[in-house]
Amino acid sequence: MSLTSASMHSGLEAAVFVGFAVATLGGAGIAVASRRLVRSVCGLALSFLGLAGLYYYLQSPFLSLMQILVYVGAICITIMFAMMLTDPQDQRVSRGRRLLLETVCLLVAGLLAAGLIVVIGRAGWVAPAPAAHTGTIQELGRALLYRYGFAFEVISLVLLLASLGALVVARSGRRTKP
Amino acid sequence: MNFLLWSGQLQVYLVIGALLFAAGFYGFFRHRTLVGMLISGELIMAGAALNFMAFGHFRAADVVAGQTFALFIMGIAAAEAAIVLSIMIAVYRNYRSIETKDLKDLEG
Repeated sequence: MSLTSASMHSGLEAAVFVGFAVATLGGAGIAVASRRLVRSVCGLALSFLGLAGLYYYLQSPFLSLMQILVYVGAICITIMFAMMLTDPQDQRVSRGRRLLLETVCLLVAGLLAAGLIVVIGRAGWVAPAPAAHTGTIQELGRALLYRYGFAFEVISLVLLLASLGALVVARSGRRTKP
Repeated sequence: MNFLLWSGQLQVYLVIGALLFAAGFYGFFRHRTLVGMLISGELIMAGAALNFMAFGHFRAADVVAGQTFALFIMGIAAAEAAIVLSIMIAVYRNYRSIETKDLKDLEG
């Protein structure tokens, strides 16, 4: 065994990172390519779990926990509920037309991805600025309440209005029992 | 490119974000129901949030900025999901379907 403990450690770290990246992209693939919407939502949840792992690698454990809590715990479950309430049916498009549509969509999305990757590879990134903060949860809370306080308040207002609007929209047209 | 160093490189995160965006774009036009389009929209937002996080971590003097933007994106995504779901329920009540091709009446 010529592997030292340090290199084994970094190898494991890299393997877990690749696992998270594969979960993110594979989940996204399932979410967009599957024909049944239940599988799409499960793929979305898998993708968000992988994304939470990537956030952990970006040294923000708070964000990764919030990602699991908000996206996997709230948004995926809400989409599941909406599917139960509305009973989405399978597509009734002719086979040839669907194939054509999917090919065109795949082609455009592939071109988009390839273009973005070429741009990312070619860009000359400037050297990183010296970090003034370490990004702990205390600093995040302070930033939310001081520097980004206004945006924070506006977002909370947006959330309030959105939930009120959702109630109003979903309630209108509802038949009252005789 | 050494695979052991992938987790410490900005480009890897940007490529993952770009692929998430492309997947969301593909799904947005492929799915014919509102639920599918909502799912794809969430993927697009996730790609944007990953970009913000990566730039905030690797290139910004203020590490907190990226995390704050990702948190704001989460708030916006939650609001969007709530609105879209209520619209879906209202549409289903009127049309008995949430396929986009069935929604073609403009009636006051």
